[in-house]
Amino acid sequence: MSRSIAIGATLTLVFLGLAALSFIYTPYDIQSFDIPNKLHRPDATNWLGTDHFGRDILSMIMLGARTSIAVAVLAVGIGICIGVPLGLLAAARRGSLLDELIMRGNDLVFAFPSLVIAILITAIFGPSAINAIIAIGIFNIPVFARLSRGAALPIWERDFILAARVAGKSSLRISIEHILPNITNLMIVQGTIQFSLGILAEAALSYIGLGAQPPTASWGRMLADAQTLTSIAPHTALIPGMAIVLMVLGLNLLGDGLRDWLDPRIRIART
Amino acid sequence: MIRYIASRLLSLTLSLIAASIVIFAVIEVIPGDPAAFMLGVNARPDTLLALRDQMGLNDPLPLRYFAWVTGMLTGDFGISWTYKTPVAELVNDRIWVSLPLAIYALFLSTIIAFPAGIIAASRRGGMGDVSIMGATQLGVAIPNFWFAMILVLIFAIKLRWFSAGGFPGWDTPLLAIKSLTLPAIALALPQAAILARVMRSSLLDNLGEDYIRTARAKGLTRRQALWRHAVRNALIPVLTIIGLQFSFLLAGGIIIEQIFFLPGLGRLIFQSISARDLIVVESVVMLLVFVVIVVNFAVDLAYAVVDPRLRSRT
Repeated sequence: MSRSIAIGATLTLVFLGLAALSFIYTPYDIQSFDIPNKLHRPDATNWLGTDHFGRDILSMIMLGARTSIAVAVLAVGIGICIGVPLGLLAAARRGSLLDELIMRGNDLVFAFPSLVIAILITAIFGPSAINAIIAIGIFNIPVFARLSRGAALPIWERDFILAARVAGKSSLRISIEHILPNITNLMIVQGTIQFSLGILAEAALSYIGLGAQPPTASWGRMLADAQTLTSIAPHTALIPGMAIVLMVLGLNLLGDGLRDWLDPRIRIART
Repeated sequence: MIRYIASRLLSLTLSLIAASIVIFAVIEVIPGDPAAFMLGVNARPDTLLALRDQMGLNDPLPLRYFAWVTGMLTGDFGISWTYKTPVAELVNDRIWVSLPLAIYALFLSTIIAFPAGIIAASRRGGMGDVSIMGATQLGVAIPNFWFAMILVLIFAIKLRWFSAGGFPGWDTPLLAIKSLTLPAIALALPQAAILARVMRSSLLDNLGEDYIRTARAKGLTRRQALWRHAVRNALIPVLTIIGLQFSFLLAGGIIIEQIFFLPGLGRLIFQSISARDLIVVESVVMLLVFVVIVVNFAVDLAYAVVDPRLRSRT
């Protein structure tokens, strides 16, 4: 187990823990404003200070973690649930017109500027966390479709697949029973990376007001609120930004570490 | 080679057609009538009908699609509903902010990433490599809009070296470049991090190749083998990424342009989406997709020129 897995997993678990804890406990209630206490610097009563409404920033970071993680996880879920079956189907029917259609469809989605389309979707259907999930999720589909097809193709050439065919199994059964388990590792690694990209995308969308809407706390929204306050209360901008950076950094380190750890060739090269 | 180019050209044309249909379809499902949006809530029904007629909204869908596509092919992108000026003119004004910004950001990311990637690869596992790779992890994790806020806080508010936003126009080139500097840095940081990682891994792949051993056996020093052979070959995948990054930067500046109040394409799209000025959105998105698809095509061709093995595969 490498150092990057250890650091990555620790950072990720801290934020997952904070998000989980926020369901039963936050230091303060963020629904109530406490204007006289606004823009306090971090101190013993408010560990991370207060914002322009006097709300406790630590509590908002905890609740924001919940929003970020929920949006990113569901967006990755969309990508996996639609992308992986598409990729497996393309691999099972490799060389066919269907394969070509699926792959060209992927290229097409890649050609669209993702942020612009995400803004378009949320602007059309109204800003909300659900629409942000869909907008981010759409761009995860081709990532998983392409990756799972690429990983499945060489497996189809292996002897145990031939054996399964001789045994009379259909392409569908082979895909589910033999191909899928062999590409799961790869999907987990890519899932971690897409998870971190989802956190960044959610932050960007809610920063321009198209993500989760108040009173739901979100890190991007906190940054947008802090924008005009940076000169008088820099902590309001620094802390949510640091939260995003640490969460994304943690997931990326975890993804990189897992990839090295799960790839036997790299492991052997190390030892 | 001619067969390869023909097949790529066919795929390019099909992609463009598919993309135009998707964009048109998406814009058509947008709830809300742009004519009603323009006239406000108190519009008389006959005025609304007349305006819808004038905007071509009463025509059947396929007719509107063909009018849009043939218009674009002849350089006519339609007339903006809010600005009342041709979209082509709007794009032409804005591109002179977005394009220089994208080039500036790409330039910055390249001059940071190349040395960083080369140093990291040539000192694999050493302190230099570890710190550069750590820095790139951080670079990828920092949201560029937050980085932009920090840059404004330090260089515009505290040090007062740069203005916090706005664009003076190209009449004063030095001031224009200065006003694009902070946005370009904000855009360049994550790109530089990605590019440095690609440069490093591509260089490491090449350093393990037989021809490097041959070059060393021939008597070249490590440094000579690196610079004369490995770096040159390692550039191929790096150039692909640069090509892709360029099209990303052209559209990806959308939030950065908002933060710095730059009158670029991204800001145009953002304002047009909010104002339901769909003809602008439609045309600008199509233009961006066109750039991406053409850049991909050019990269494919460049690959085939460099690597003959790819040509024979089709």
